[in-house]
Amino acid sequence: MIRSHIMLCSGTGCVASGCHSVSDAIEAEIKAVGLENEVKVVHTGCFGLCALGPIMIIYPEGSFYAEVKPEDCKEIVDEHLLKGRIVRRLLYHETVGDDDTITCLSKTGFYSKQLRVALRLCGVIDPEVIDEYIGFDGYQALGKVLTEMKQEEVIDLLKKSGLRGRGGAGFPTGLKWEFAAKAKGDQKYVCCNADEGDPGAFMDRSILEGDPHAVIEAMTIAGYAVGADQGYVYVRAEYPIAVKRLALAIEQAKEYGLLGKNIFDTGFDFDLEIRLGAGAFVCGEETALLTSIEGNRGEPRPRPPFPAVKGLFGCPTVLNNVETYANIPQIILKGPEWFSSMGTETSKGTKVFALGGNVTNIGLVEIPMGTTLREIVEDIGGGIPNGKKFKAAQTGGPSGGCIPEAHFDVPIDFENLSAIGSMMGSGGLIVMDEDSCMVDIAKFFLSFTVDESCGKCTPCRVGTKRLYELLDKITSGKGEMSDFDQLDKLCHHIITSSLCALGQTAPNPVLSTLTFFKDEYLAHIVDKKCPAGVCKDLLEYFIIEEKCVGCTICARACPVSCIDGKVKVPHVIDQSRCIKCGVCKEKCKFDAIIIQ
Amino acid sequence: MTASTTLAFNGTKEQEQKLKDVIVQHKTQKGALMPVLQEAQEIYGYMPREVQIMVAEGMGVTLAEVYGIVTFYSQFHLQPKGKYKVHICIGTACYVKGAGKILEKFERELGIKDGECTSDGKFSVDGLRCVGACGLAPVLSVNEDVYGKVTEEQVAEILANYKD
Repeated sequence: MIRSHIMLCSGTGCVASGCHSVSDAIEAEIKAVGLENEVKVVHTGCFGLCALGPIMIIYPEGSFYAEVKPEDCKEIVDEHLLKGRIVRRLLYHETVGDDDTITCLSKTGFYSKQLRVALRLCGVIDPEVIDEYIGFDGYQALGKVLTEMKQEEVIDLLKKSGLRGRGGAGFPTGLKWEFAAKAKGDQKYVCCNADEGDPGAFMDRSILEGDPHAVIEAMTIAGYAVGADQGYVYVRAEYPIAVKRLALAIEQAKEYGLLGKNIFDTGFDFDLEIRLGAGAFVCGEETALLTSIEGNRGEPRPRPPFPAVKGLFGCPTVLNNVETYANIPQIILKGPEWFSSMGTETSKGTKVFALGGNVTNIGLVEIPMGTTLREIVEDIGGGIPNGKKFKAAQTGGPSGGCIPEAHFDVPIDFENLSAIGSMMGSGGLIVMDEDSCMVDIAKFFLSFTVDESCGKCTPCRVGTKRLYELLDKITSGKGEMSDFDQLDKLCHHIITSSLCALGQTAPNPVLSTLTFFKDEYLAHIVDKKCPAGVCKDLLEYFIIEEKCVGCTICARACPVSCIDGKVKVPHVIDQSRCIKCGVCKEKCKFDAIIIQ
Repeated sequence: MTASTTLAFNGTKEQEQKLKDVIVQHKTQKGALMPVLQEAQEIYGYMPREVQIMVAEGMGVTLAEVYGIVTFYSQFHLQPKGKYKVHICIGTACYVKGAGKILEKFERELGIKDGECTSDGKFSVDGLRCVGACGLAPVLSVNEDVYGKVTEEQVAEILANYKD
């Protein structure tokens, strides 16, 4: 009989930090002491605390071991599993109190304010075993829908729940389904947008890796509600683990008769196919995504007609993103009132954020809508590491904006984030400390949109390029006051005249930094200085004579040999030849090199 | 991509047969061109003109259409990549943690620019949009090996792992 379960995170983050070798080691140690019939290792999806990987939780004690190495596994088996002594040195430090008592994971700062709905089973089940999903009420919602509910009842229920699309724009999901259901056509499609292109967002990947059946079940429900028998999941090729687990889940669902012909003996047919993206950010835009599934260059199409009326292959199509789908089976089972009891007036339920950047607890967090940024960054995120000061939180990726501390107490929902010049987007939340230059960040995002603009419409193709050039001019110390006016005008032209959301939102990083961090732009333009010390052309590396001992390390490390000086005599940097790579500063053992 | 040497196409009969099988398998599928191209690149490692022609003829579309798709998506490349493909994530989370500097360090160490391949065909360097492993930022991979929380000092060490 199994008496202990080891839940080992096998999401992308932990795989990258080496969970496979930990898995091999722990299995070997378990075998070595003959516990293989008493202890079961379960490979789960993401627990959320990606920075501490590889992570394992051992039940029934619920001990959360972080940054486990293969060489720790013997101790875990000998002490914890054989003798029942928890290995304290490996516990996540937040679960160990000052008096050495061990607290439960759900009481730690990172988890206590979270509410897991979309991520419900991530880290709880083995996503590669369909029975584990079924064991947690999996496919019950589909059963209920197919055997007890009419199509319009499903749509009404969703409308009542207040669920809005988690992909960015926040369109009411029930309404979208209703449009598709009412649209005329013999063939309809259900699609899933898993082309999570926002840099810094990885919640959709984690859901597909940790709970793929929830998405399959919800898409099948959508198929029933709108009258579609075929679905497509469009997923990034950069997510190999998610693709593999989703493919396996589809196969298992077909074996169990939960996908395919005559599901639950009701005569309803629904099939799913995976289509891989090929690295084009614009394909996250719904019409571009559909064009790409059709096998073409993923260029967006004008709307209307909206996909619900004329989508994939010209047929009515429902398109939602992964996180949106992951909510649906539970809304069906627990009722719309349960869902709408969470969140704010206009934004119901929870939202998953990928918390990253300069914050202590990097990882995946799910919070009720209406939680403040301060709670996310300070309480859940554990604040800024290395004693640095907070500067901005960036949401919405290249379409979003940078939010300063002044707006930290705004409850997060779709409307509030738009009102402060950012947007929900798919849920990337990057924290930036004082070492980030906001002009450089705006330029970083514009370089992204310049690369990713598909080129179909001129305002986006040319406009973003001109915006980038203006920012480049400013960061290289050639900015003029008249550039402000130029930036502002150009931003508004791009917003009003671009074909799709990529162009329409591309100026947001510029506008929000101009609003909240104008002083940084002024420093670059007027003083020709980069206060954060990022923009190379505005920096000068200097050697402080008093501190330099003439050890020659910097001179030897300099890739362009622009540092002169004799042994034991203070060195000098030739500014005209310096490429500002920073190697000298890095190598100096005496802190004698400073940036001005 | 100036540093890449344009190699003569040297596809094998087996590769060609594999591609033909893929085309047969997908031909009747709706919107099959993308999956076929993706598998073609899987077979050949890159998408030279010769492969594009084979796909176009096999799928009954024009070469222009195939070329249009291949050049639209960043996943496809017209030149071969290095034996060791260095992919450096320059997503936002990695960027604010210094990924830009890591990329520059690789460029300096190898004497090539982002997107290029060393003249001996050994290393190629590509800046990549978010790989979704933000917890380990800055992240990079060399072929299948993933390196997290990378510092500039580690760059030379990492390259030294791929000597042969």
